[in-house]
Formats: sequence, C-alpha cells, structure tokens
Amino acid sequence: MKLRVGHLYPDYLNIYADRGNIAVLTRRAALRGLELDVAAIGPGDEVDPGGHDLLYVGGGQDREQALIAPDIAAKGPALREAVAEGVAVLAVCGGYQLLGRFYRDRYGSELLGAGVLPLHTVAGERRMIGDVLLDCELEPAHSETVAGFENHAGRTFLDEGAEPLGRVVAGFGNDGASGFEGCRLGRAIGTYLHGPLLPRNPWLADWLLAQAVAHASGGEPPVFEPLDDRLEAEAHAVSAARARARGGKF
Amino acid sequence: MRLALELALARSAGRLSRLAGRGGGTTIPGKILATLDPGSVSTLAARLPRGTAAISATNGKTTTAALVAAIVGKSVRLAHNGSGANLVSGVASTLIEARDAELGLFEVDEGAFPEVARRIRPRAVCLGNLFRDQLDRYGELEQIAERWRAAVTELPHETALVANADDPQVGDLAVSRPGSVTFGIDDPAQARPTLQHASDSKYCLRCGTPYVYAAAYVGHLGDYRCPACGHARPPLDIAARAIELHGLEAVSFDLVTPEDIRRVRVGLPGLYNVYNALAAASLSRALGATLAEIAAGLESAPPAFGRAERIDVGSRQLLLLLIKNPAGANEVVRTVVEAEAPRLAVVALNDAIADGRDVSWIWDVDFEPLLECLERVVVSGGRAAELALRFTYAGFPADAVEIVPELGAALDRGLELTPEGAELTVLPTYTAMLELRRIVAERGYARQYWERAA
Repeated sequence: MKLRVGHLYPDYLNIYADRGNIAVLTRRAALRGLELDVAAIGPGDEVDPGGHDLLYVGGGQDREQALIAPDIAAKGPALREAVAEGVAVLAVCGGYQLLGRFYRDRYGSELLGAGVLPLHTVAGERRMIGDVLLDCELEPAHSETVAGFENHAGRTFLDEGAEPLGRVVAGFGNDGASGFEGCRLGRAIGTYLHGPLLPRNPWLADWLLAQAVAHASGGEPPVFEPLDDRLEAEAHAVSAARARARGGKF
Repeated sequence: MRLALELALARSAGRLSRLAGRGGGTTIPGKILATLDPGSVSTLAARLPRGTAAISATNGKTTTAALVAAIVGKSVRLAHNGSGANLVSGVASTLIEARDAELGLFEVDEGAFPEVARRIRPRAVCLGNLFRDQLDRYGELEQIAERWRAAVTELPHETALVANADDPQVGDLAVSRPGSVTFGIDDPAQARPTLQHASDSKYCLRCGTPYVYAAAYVGHLGDYRCPACGHARPPLDIAARAIELHGLEAVSFDLVTPEDIRRVRVGLPGLYNVYNALAAASLSRALGATLAEIAAGLESAPPAFGRAERIDVGSRQLLLLLIKNPAGANEVVRTVVEAEAPRLAVVALNDAIADGRDVSWIWDVDFEPLLECLERVVVSGGRAAELALRFTYAGFPADAVEIVPELGAALDRGLELTPEGAELTVLPTYTAMLELRRIVAERGYARQYWERAA
C-alpha cells in the first residue's frame, strides 16, 4: 500500500531536525511493506483535502514562521477539511502553534493560524527549555510514555474540553502550569516535543502510520507486528532519565 | 591596591583548581574577580598598551584566534584565551594571568559578545558567521543577530570592524558601519551545487524572498543576491581566490587585499578553514600586520586543539575532528570524506551544556556521505544510542554499529579495530573531545589543553 504524506513547508520549518521524523516514518513504513510518498507543500501550493493520508508540519525560527503564517492561514479551510475526514497529522513546535487558532505576540497583536487544532498561543517572557517526559493514553486503557525536548516561548492554551497529547511527568509542557502537553484531535497530534520526536518514541510513529493506513483504506487502523526496537528503547530510557533529572520547571 | 589583592587571590584560585585536578582552572580566576569587582575586566583591558581585539562567530572562533596569534604574536606579547574559555569569566581570567601582555586577543562566545565588547572596548572586532547552534542555549539565530546589531552600534567610534560578507546577517553589519572591512571567498569553482539541508539565513534580510546564490560555499555562506529587491553580498575588500584543497593537510589560495596579492598555504583542512584564514588575515591587517607578516603567520600556525588534530598513540594515530553543530559537522564530514574516505570512525555525542542539551541537531547533519565509506562505526558518549538511531534510520546496517558509551572504552575499541601504523578518525562533540584528550594525555600521549604554548 502507498501512503501519501504531505510535508508542509520543509524549506521554512525544519529547525529541530524534522527530517528525523520523516526518516523514522519512512523506514518503519517500509519494514511493514508500506510505501511512503512524501510530497512537499510550499507557500502558494494548493492543499487537496483528500490528497494526503498524513500531514507533517515542523518547527521554525520566528522569522521563518512569520514568513509562512499568512500562507498557512489561507490553507486553513482545506486543512480543516482534511482533518475532519480523518487524515493523520503530526505538527511539532512552531507547526503546532501555527495549526492553532492564533498566536498573540508580546505586543498584543494576533497572527491568525490555520484553525485546525482547538487552541491558541500567547508569547511569554521566559523560554521553556529542557527535556520532557509525558504519559499518554491515545487508546483507552493503553498508556505509553513520550520523551523529548522542548524549547518555546509561547504558552499554548487548549480550548475547554480539548484533549491534550499527554500529562507532563517532567518538564514544562504547553504553558508551564497546566500539567499537560500537546493536543490530540482525532488522528491529529500537535506537540512542542522534538529531539526529534519519533526516533525515541517509535510507538507514536507506528500509531501515526496506523492512522494513515486507516485513512487510506477507509477501515480500522491496523495492528502492526512489533519491530526490534532495542536501540529506540535505550534512547528513550536515557532521554526519560534526563527529563526526570533536569526537566524544566518554574 | 585593592585590585592587586583581588588579582593575587584570583590567580591562586586558578592554581588551586589545577592542583585539585578540576581541569585547567581557565575560568575560576575570572569568576572570582568578576564577583569581587565587576568593573575590573574593563580596568585590566584598558591597561593593555596595544588594546584588545575580539573574534566572534558560531564556527571557527578558536581557529581564527589561533591564526591571529600566529601572525601578530611573533612581535607582540599577547593575552590570548587560547584554551577556549570564551565567556566574560574566561576573558577576565586571561587578563588576570597575562601580566606583561601588550595586546588582548579574545575569541568570544557569540551570546557573550555584546557584554564582552562593552567591557573591553576592543580596538578591532572580527565577526565571522552565524549558524543554528545549540538552540537550547543560544536561542534562535535571529536573536543573536539582533544582539550583534545592537552591540556593533555601541562599539567605540574608532573600533575597526571586519566582517564576513558571505553571511547575509554578518555582512550587513559591515554595510551598516562605514569604514568596515569585508572578507569572503571569490572562487565559484569551489561552490557547492545546492544549499545544504536545513541551511540558515536563506531568505532575504530586507524582503524575505529566497536568495539566489551565484556560489554557495559553506552552509549559507556565499555570493547571494535577492531576485526581488536586489539585496546582495557587499563588495569584498579581502578575498580568497584560486583555492586548492590539499586533503586533510592544508588549503592554499591567493590572498587578495587592497594592497597586494599573495599565495598562501595554511596547514588546516577544508573550505571552512579558508574562511578562518581570511578572518584572521583581515583582523591582523586591522591590527597593523603587513601582508608578509600575515602570510608567514598563516603558514606557520598549528591547528587549534581538537579542531583537526593528529595525536600519536603508540603505533597508531588519532585524527580528532570536533563536531558541534550541523554547519560545522557538515564541513568536517565533507573534508574527511574527500580526503580519506575512512572505513572506521568513532563518533561521540555528549549532551552537557557546552555540547547542547538538545541532541536533535545530529539529524540535521549530512552524515550520509561518511556512512557510505564506513564499514563500521563505534558510537560513544552519553547519548550514544541517539547516534546509533541516527545512523541506522539512515540505512546503515545495525550490526555494523557498536555502542560503547564510555569514551575510554570506545577509544580502545576503535584503536583495536585500527591496523598498526594506520589512523583512527574520531568525531567528538565538545565535552567528549575534552574528555578524549584528557584520557589520551593520561596515557602520556598529548599535552593538556591549558599547557599549549601561548
């Protein structure tokens, strides 16, 4: 089976090793006999809401984010339609903020986002930087951990009733206060965590691939055969230990 | 009198730190002095009869400063922070230790540059490049550029600024300050066919349109022009032309200055060291060196520690090549692959503050050309498993990756796999490099970094 992946703004949003996430998705898909067809979606390109099974948005520096913000806002309706129809999404850091409703800078002016995720972000004074560990339960009664690194000045606030990606075990999370990190809306995930995110959290890579397969087939997400993830587990353990020892808190 | 007492106290703390085995004691005297008397750094700097010079950049500051020391240090006694302690405390420590120095020569951390410049009021400043580097520590590139812009406007009127025109952000600082001197590479034969993955500063400073490069040399450094508004690389005052790369040994090029042209050979490898040599030549010229002195100094300079250093270890040799951020590591990979195409390497990744706690940058390094030559790689350091993932997800066979987190053991394993008389290529991050050098020194093979001849 071929999975169609749309990588939004790879030339602009690539600050935290986003190609590591794409490499992990590609390889883990190939080991399951799935082919990933990754296409770049740049400024001015149309988004076909039915044209992708998985969308990826990475993080950028402020300047690059500001350059593409108007474009992603213009793509908002098509992206919202895609998510409503069950496309899998991973948005990291700047991409996470840009998929929200708006970003309010420190002077109070608001930059419109794509409005895909039920959240908004407000600039803060102190950056939240450090290792992070999360407890996640994307499927009922099935708990997993995510280890990563965060580096953001924005405080992200989820709308009432919106579902976070996970509970913060160590680190700052969305706003340094709520105890939650990221956002999950159906098959869409937004998070501040990079590192990159997927190499040391292979279960999340597999979850995203399974959602993308479900979108492509119109059926249920498959349960994949496990891979030899001993290296991934070791990297996860070191990263989790760093978060416990030195994860950020105010 | 008070300053004299403080100096004595601070100096003895540095000796105590070395005696206690706590490293080189290269920052402790400065920290003590800065605490006792924050104004003392300015006072000590102002005592130097020939003033001070400061060098800042993401990549190449240590090498550039070593080259300047080789050029001007022959005729002038220097206070030089050659061990790489490049924050305010390191500059202060160097000033304390160098009692009869005439000229201060300081490499300065890019984040600390504004404060150091305010305190030492340098006679000449050299600004080299800005790449994404340790985002957890420095923040985003744009923020450093913003602080540099403010620092440059605050420099004393008489301060000479030399700047790399091939970096849009840095070259623009020279354009904004009349009388500045620009340097850059003018040799399209050395250009890369495309910008590297995850290049920085590739959108026009003025209007945000992607620059078009007539030639891209190292990362985003090159001959750029905005097709929309015309913002372009400023004219070069000092340039390198007709460059030849001699493997891992040296580079040679025509050093073109407003006065004359001279062919020089520098015993450092890779195109990135042409930039370091240009920076050193431009700064030395601003300090009054003649072209003959510049050429002689460049040709005689030893490599800065760990940057491209060979150490004999019994009947084998180590080649140490520091990696610390994507742009620098890409150049190391390119140089080592073109020169030697090694079949074995030790790569060591630590995540202390000086390395960057966030290790995601290894995914932005183009390791792939190196992996194509390697038959086996030993990964080491506190984050060895992340390196193993980086390489295996790139398609490198998992059974050809050996994980040996402890550095001494990794070194032993690498040497064991290296035939007698051959060389072992080692790519460590900063603290891994320091630790490897300490291990090798303890075995009696290399001097400690603070023991290098000044």
